[in-house]
Amino acid sequence: MNLTSFLQDKRLTVALRGEIDHHSAKEVLRVVGNKIDLYLPYTLVLDFREVTFMDSSGIAVVISAVRRMRELRGQVIVQNVPPQPGKVLAASGIERIVKVEEGSCTA
Amino acid sequence: MKYENYMTLEFPSKSANEAFARAAVACFAAQLDPNLEELNDIKTAVSEAVTNCIVHAYRDSIGEILIKCRILPENTLDIVVRDHGCGIEDIAQARTPMFSTGGEERSGMGFTIMESFMTSLNVTSRPGRGTTVHMKRKIVRRGSTD
Ligand SMILES: Nc1ncnc2c1ncn2[C@@H]1O[C@H](COP(=O)(O)OP(=O)(O)OP(=O)(O)O)[C@@H](O)[C@H]1O
Ligand SMILES: [Mg+2]
Repeated sequence: MNLTSFLQDKRLTVALRGEIDHHSAKEVLRVVGNKIDLYLPYTLVLDFREVTFMDSSGIAVVISAVRRMRELRGQVIVQNVPPQPGKVLAASGIERIVKVEEGSCTA
Repeated sequence: MKYENYMTLEFPSKSANEAFARAAVACFAAQLDPNLEELNDIKTAVSEAVTNCIVHAYRDSIGEILIKCRILPENTLDIVVRDHGCGIEDIAQARTPMFSTGGEERSGMGFTIMESFMTSLNVTSRPGRGTTVHMKRKIVRRGSTD
């Protein structure tokens, strides 16, 4: 899997896309993890604009990114979340550990 | 119980079938004329139930997953997801938010999501014999004007 990413001033933005379920999450996790290791950012931005579906497997992806970024004393921001993944993230109470930026997005 | 339509799906517990299962149930649900949010709630809940069969019930093997859907009176979709896997010892504990036996890749939110996204959730299980997840979702009837 190839995920588009963008680095500026130690702020790494990774554009997630497609359906994030148990089947695809492992690969998303691997790719995001590799990018963190490569760029060692202060801030990781996970952009959900092109995520068409997400279940609880996606929550684990965000949590593991948070864990990895904490080791680097960095932070995670989640942005441009469409309604369906947004509802799953809200149910998990993830706002308590990551910053969810409004970034309006209607699916 | 009286029902108006039904369908049954049977497939092996391969993760590639997760997307297929939730899409198939969503297609069946379409006859109730749900809006996008209702349809997404159903897809999400089915994805949780099916994923649990794959990652927990048949942790180290491939087994059979059965989905039965029925249309009940009052615009209600009835979904049963059944496995013949390891079963659950303590269902109340399993349904607690953030409880998981799945390690790093799981968040323990599956049952919580099924419960909050559906109208009702009922779980029965026999250790060593398997688990049945029974969910219902009432779809709002909308006038033809909106
Ligand atoms: N079909 C099943 N067979 C056996 N055990 C199950 C089954 N479904 C759930 N469980 C047990 O219940 C626990 C809670 O399930 P739940 O779906 O809420 O969380 P999870 O699957 O661990 O994590 P997540 O769904 O967030 O990825 C699981 O960790 C597992 O121990
Ligand atoms: Mg689960």
